[in-house]
Amino acid sequence: MHTFPKFIALTIMLAASVLAGLAAGAEELDADAIVRKANHASLYQGQDATGHIELTITDNQGRVRERKMTMMRRDENDNAEQQYYVYFLEPADVRKMVFMVHKHTAPGQDDDRWLYMPSLDLVKRIAASDKRTSFAGSDFLYEDISGRAITEDTHELIGETDTEYILESTPKRPESVEFSHYHAHVDKTTFLPMHLRFFKNGDRPYRTIDVTKVESIQVEENGQTVVYPTVTESVARDLESGSVTVMSFSRIGYNQGLAADLFTERYLRKPPREASR
Amino acid sequence: MNGKTACSVLAWVLLTWAGATDLHAGESVFDQLGLDTHGYAELRGGVRLQNNPEESDASVLEARTQLELSKSTDWLDLKYKGDVWADGVSEQGEYDTRELWAFARPLDMLDVKIGRQILTWGTGDLVFLNDLFPKDWRSFFIGRDAEYLKAPSDAAKISLFTEICDMDLVYTPRFDPDRFITGEYISHWNGERVTGQDDTLDARTPDGWFEDDEIALRLSRTVSGYELAAYGYDGFWKTPNSRTDDGQATFSRLRTLGASLRGQMGQGIGNAEFAWYHSLDDSDGRDADIPNSELRYLVGYSREVVPDCTATLQYYVEQMLDYADYRGSSSDDSVRDEWRHVLTLQLVQLLMNQNLELALSAYYCPSDQDAYLRPTAQYKCTDHLTLEGGANIFLGEHRSTFFGQFENNTNLYLAVRYSF
Repeated sequence: MHTFPKFIALTIMLAASVLAGLAAGAEELDADAIVRKANHASLYQGQDATGHIELTITDNQGRVRERKMTMMRRDENDNAEQQYYVYFLEPADVRKMVFMVHKHTAPGQDDDRWLYMPSLDLVKRIAASDKRTSFAGSDFLYEDISGRAITEDTHELIGETDTEYILESTPKRPESVEFSHYHAHVDKTTFLPMHLRFFKNGDRPYRTIDVTKVESIQVEENGQTVVYPTVTESVARDLESGSVTVMSFSRIGYNQGLAADLFTERYLRKPPREASR
Repeated sequence: MNGKTACSVLAWVLLTWAGATDLHAGESVFDQLGLDTHGYAELRGGVRLQNNPEESDASVLEARTQLELSKSTDWLDLKYKGDVWADGVSEQGEYDTRELWAFARPLDMLDVKIGRQILTWGTGDLVFLNDLFPKDWRSFFIGRDAEYLKAPSDAAKISLFTEICDMDLVYTPRFDPDRFITGEYISHWNGERVTGQDDTLDARTPDGWFEDDEIALRLSRTVSGYELAAYGYDGFWKTPNSRTDDGQATFSRLRTLGASLRGQMGQGIGNAEFAWYHSLDDSDGRDADIPNSELRYLVGYSREVVPDCTATLQYYVEQMLDYADYRGSSSDDSVRDEWRHVLTLQLVQLLMNQNLELALSAYYCPSDQDAYLRPTAQYKCTDHLTLEGGANIFLGEHRSTFFGQFENNTNLYLAVRYSF
C-alpha cells in the first residue's frame, strides 16, 4: 500500500521538474534567441548548400515571367560571413550570367557583389548600398535571399500559438528601409520563419512572404545522418502592385565541401560544372 | 559576299535549321548530340538625324540571327557562337564567328582557353586603358547591342592561380586590330577632311603569324574585397593611327604597362587605373607619322543613387609625352592638345519590375570641346521578346576631334529581338 502513493508522488515530482525545466527553457527563448535560431534555420544550415531556384513572377494582369538559376552557398563562419554564387539558366537574355555575393555581417559593412556578363567577358562590381531592391525582377528582394542582418532591427515577442512564435521587428535605422516594421511567424519546431508581414505604418501589410512547402532533407553532418528542414516553396506578394512570385527550391544538396575559391573571379568567368548543369 | 563567306552563311543556315527543328519534332539534331542550343533573331534599323553627304541615310539596317552551341565533356568545354545577317548598309550578306573555343582545366591551378573568344579586363566602364583586346566602336556607334562593342580575339588564354596572385596570359599569334572606323558605316576625319563610303580607310595591317603577334598579361589579387591588378601588353596600337612612308594608314608598335584598383568606397564602388603607352616605333616623339607615347589615368565612382538607379561617374585623362617634339614635327592645323580630359557618366534606371531599362552613357571632353551621348531604352515584353530604342548623339566644335568628327552620324535606332 505504501509503494503506490510513493510511485505517484515520485511521478508527480518528476513531471513537475520536467515541466519546470521546459518552462524555464521556453522562458530562456527570448525574442533575440528566437531570431538567432530562425536566422540559422533559414540561412545557415550546413557548411554549404546547392540547389536550383525557379522564380515564377505573375503581375497584376496575369503576365507570367520565369527565371531559373542554380545557387551555391558557403559559410565562411557560422551565422556570419557567407558567399553566394548564382548562375542564371533562364530567361535567354540573362543566361550564363553569374551573380556573386560575399556577404558581410559586421555593422555598416556592405556586401561585395559582382556580376559577370559572358557576352562581353565583363566582370562588373555592383554597388550594394541598397539591398532592398528586387532580386531578378521578382517580388523577392536581395535581402530576402541572402538574409537581413539580425542586428539591423530590434525584435519583440508579441505573441505565441501552439506552433508558432510571433515576433515584431523594428528597424534601428528606419530611414534605411521602406518598411516601418514587420511580423514574423516562426515555427516552434523547425524555427523556420513561415510568414512575414511587412508594414509601412498602420495595420495593413503591403508586402508578405509565406512559406508553402518545407521538406526534410537528410544530410551527412560530421559523419552522422541528420535532417535539415528546408523551405522548398515560398510565395512573395507585393500587395501594392498586385504582383506575386513563387520561388521553388529543388535538387538540394548540403555539406558538399564547396571550396572557398569557387567564389572568386576564376569561377565567375568560368562557372564550375555544378553550377551550369 | 565572297565564296568563303557564302559557304559560312550556307553552313550556318543549315545549322540553324537543324537547331530549329526541335520546335516541331521534340528532339533536334543538336539535342541528340548533347549540344546546348540558344540564340536570337533580331531586326534593327536606324536613321541619321541630319543630312550626311558621305553616308547612306540608314545608319543601321539589318536582319540578324545568332546561334550559340555549347557542349561539356569530362575534359573539355566547347563553344560556338556565330552571327549571320543581311546588312542593308553594306548591301551584303554578312557572317561573323563571335566565339569558337575549347576550354580545359588540366591542373587544379591552371585554366586554358584556346580559340576565338571575347576578352575583357580592367576597371573602366566603357573606357579601356589596360584592356588592349579588340573593340568594335563602329558597331557601338551605329547602335548595335552593347555586346558587339567587344570584337573577338583569336588567342590562347592561359590562367594560373596561385597563393600569391592569379596570372592571365593571352597570346594572340596574329595581331587582332580594333574594328575601327573606316568610313563604311560612320563618316570620320581622315587627317585632312571628313570622308565616308566613297573613300574608306584602307589600312595596312601587320598580319604575319607568330611575327606580328600580341601578348597581354595580367597579375591580379583580391585583398579583403579590394581588387588589385597589374597589366602588361606588347603588340600594336589597335587603330591605324600611323602612316607608312607612302602615306598609307598603318599600325605601329605599342607596349603598355599599368595597374588598377577597385573596391568598396563609402556607399559605392571606387576604381582607379593607370597605363603607360610606350610607342615603340617613336620613343622620342619626333616622328609625326607615328603617335607619341602617352600616360593614361582613370578614376571612377559608382553607386545606387535611388533604388534601381545606378550612377557611374568617371574622369579619364590622356597625357601625350614628348609634346614639344610632337608640336615641332606636326605641321597641320589639327594638332592635338597635350592633355585630353574626358568625363563620363553612366546612368541606369530599372523600372516596371526591372522589365524596362532606361540608360544613358555620356562622354564629355572639355579639352576637345566635344561630347557623345548614348541614351537607350529596353523593354522586355516577355521572357523571349525585347524591344529596344536608342540614339547615338555626337556633338563637337571641331571636325578633327574624336567625337566631333562623327557629328553628322548622329542617329536614332529601334530593334526587336526574339531570344531562344
